[in-house]
Amino acid sequence: MRPIPAIQVENVSKRYGRLQALAEVSLEIAPGEFFGLLGPNGAGKTTLISILAGLTIASSGSARVMGFDVRSQYREARRALGVVPQELVFDPFFTVRETLTIQSGYFGMRNGRGWIDEVMHHLDLVDKADTNMRALSGGMKRRVLVAQALVHKPPVIVLDEPTAGVDVELRQALWRFIRRLNQDGHTIVLTTHYLEEAEALCGRIAMLKEGRIVALDTTQNLLGRHSGCYVELRLDPDRLPERLLPEVVDRRANGAYRLALKDYVELEDLMRELRASGVRVQELEVIQPDLEEVFVQIMRKA
Amino acid sequence: MSDDRSAIGNMDVTRRPSPVTGFYTLFYKEWLRFWKVSVQTILAPVLTALLFLLVFSHTLRSHVEPFPGVSYSAFLVPGLAMMSVLQNAFANSSSSLMQSKMTGNIIFVLLPPLSHREFFLAYLLAAAARGLVVGAGVFAATVWFVDLQFAHPLWAIAFALAGSGIMGALGIIAGIHSEKVDELAVFQNFIILPLTFLSGVFYSIHSLPPFWQGLSHLNPIFYMIDGFRYGFFGHADVSPFLSLAIVGACFFALSLLTLWLLKTGYKLRH
Repeated sequence: MRPIPAIQVENVSKRYGRLQALAEVSLEIAPGEFFGLLGPNGAGKTTLISILAGLTIASSGSARVMGFDVRSQYREARRALGVVPQELVFDPFFTVRETLTIQSGYFGMRNGRGWIDEVMHHLDLVDKADTNMRALSGGMKRRVLVAQALVHKPPVIVLDEPTAGVDVELRQALWRFIRRLNQDGHTIVLTTHYLEEAEALCGRIAMLKEGRIVALDTTQNLLGRHSGCYVELRLDPDRLPERLLPEVVDRRANGAYRLALKDYVELEDLMRELRASGVRVQELEVIQPDLEEVFVQIMRKA
Repeated sequence: MSDDRSAIGNMDVTRRPSPVTGFYTLFYKEWLRFWKVSVQTILAPVLTALLFLLVFSHTLRSHVEPFPGVSYSAFLVPGLAMMSVLQNAFANSSSSLMQSKMTGNIIFVLLPPLSHREFFLAYLLAAAARGLVVGAGVFAATVWFVDLQFAHPLWAIAFALAGSGIMGALGIIAGIHSEKVDELAVFQNFIILPLTFLSGVFYSIHSLPPFWQGLSHLNPIFYMIDGFRYGFFGHADVSPFLSLAIVGACFFALSLLTLWLLKTGYKLRH
């Protein structure tokens, strides 16, 4: 029997007046997946997350979390979902411990002190337990937001650009922690503008543009779609044969030419051309396309 | 972050945590919110009421006897107490929602599995609680200066509860509807404040010309103040039963409207 999808979105549309924020979006995310939701600003990522979380009501279509409809079974659906919002929001009246105790109470968790201590321990918040939220640094506030999403032990965790404006150290620590959550069985849905992070972390990716899914595949397959590659060459003499000039996309600081090849087969032709022109290759590097390249290509085509 | 290798969270979606805990937590959070800044939310309005009492009773004590055998100062205290109850109940729910919307932390009460009824009750009861605490504070501060009667305390309690409930519900509506502090100020300064000041807090409407007397009967806050005052002096401008019926109907209608707005997600769940 097929397991119940962690997230199931069917033909979801959302319209704000004349703006079509989402148009007939459908996707499924399996339990335990690390799923990336990518797209330029205004693509509809946050709208989709908001619909899953019950913060926004879809104009049409249906959304389910762990099999529970986000409208008709909202209690179960919301219990199954932990959301780390994009903005650094907090309640200035409370300390870290009060914030987490209150948040777990909203979800009906009684006597959750032990679990809250554990979450604070995992996120290095123990020393700040009795500090008012106002007095925390941006990074610490971000950790509290993650802790707030975990206090009710949700199986599905949505992170809406959690590393926006976060320093490198915290970003890496945050990713280690989220990777562990995923290894422990949580389904992770991530939106980010750092595509190298999505490439490293996500098993599957959906790309949104203007409210529509323009690509939905495993990260490997998406990378494989880009059959071309880049070649960086340092030459002796430092002169590229005229016939190869249209392929140059960049001239590097070290004097190397960067050429775009449509296929690896073209590499053979390139070398032949260089030999025929009497140019020797001093250095050669073949560069695989990364997710950013794929993203840019897909967005251009869509 | 900790490198502890223990698994994080044991997931169990099928468990059914108590919804009462969610409701109680939201109520408690709202209570804490005003209690933590009680100098601003409780002491300041008590001081304001005390100043009103000192200034007005000093100026008018020898000129006005609103009810037979009741001094102006004694007449004024229940009115001031009820005015404080009403204004603070409104301020609590409206400012809490407004601030949460502006800072974005409203998300923390929208994400949990709270029903619209739990949401409504928690904000309403916390608003009523602040109103009643301030009202009690006004009594505690003024009882030393004025000889008060308690003819029908249950009537006074009934009107205090219903009045604070009405203003708590109105505060929720204002807080949800307002997108900017300016809009909330319109509610507060152009609706609540005039209706409260023109409701008979400082005078008996029998002292007004007929036109203004008639107009006062269209003001629901007049019935709250008048009914509340009946609980003290056993004397009112209109029948306390009529006042209670009007106040009860207002509470019922406003509660239904607020519940409907919350259920549809008006301006909260876009």
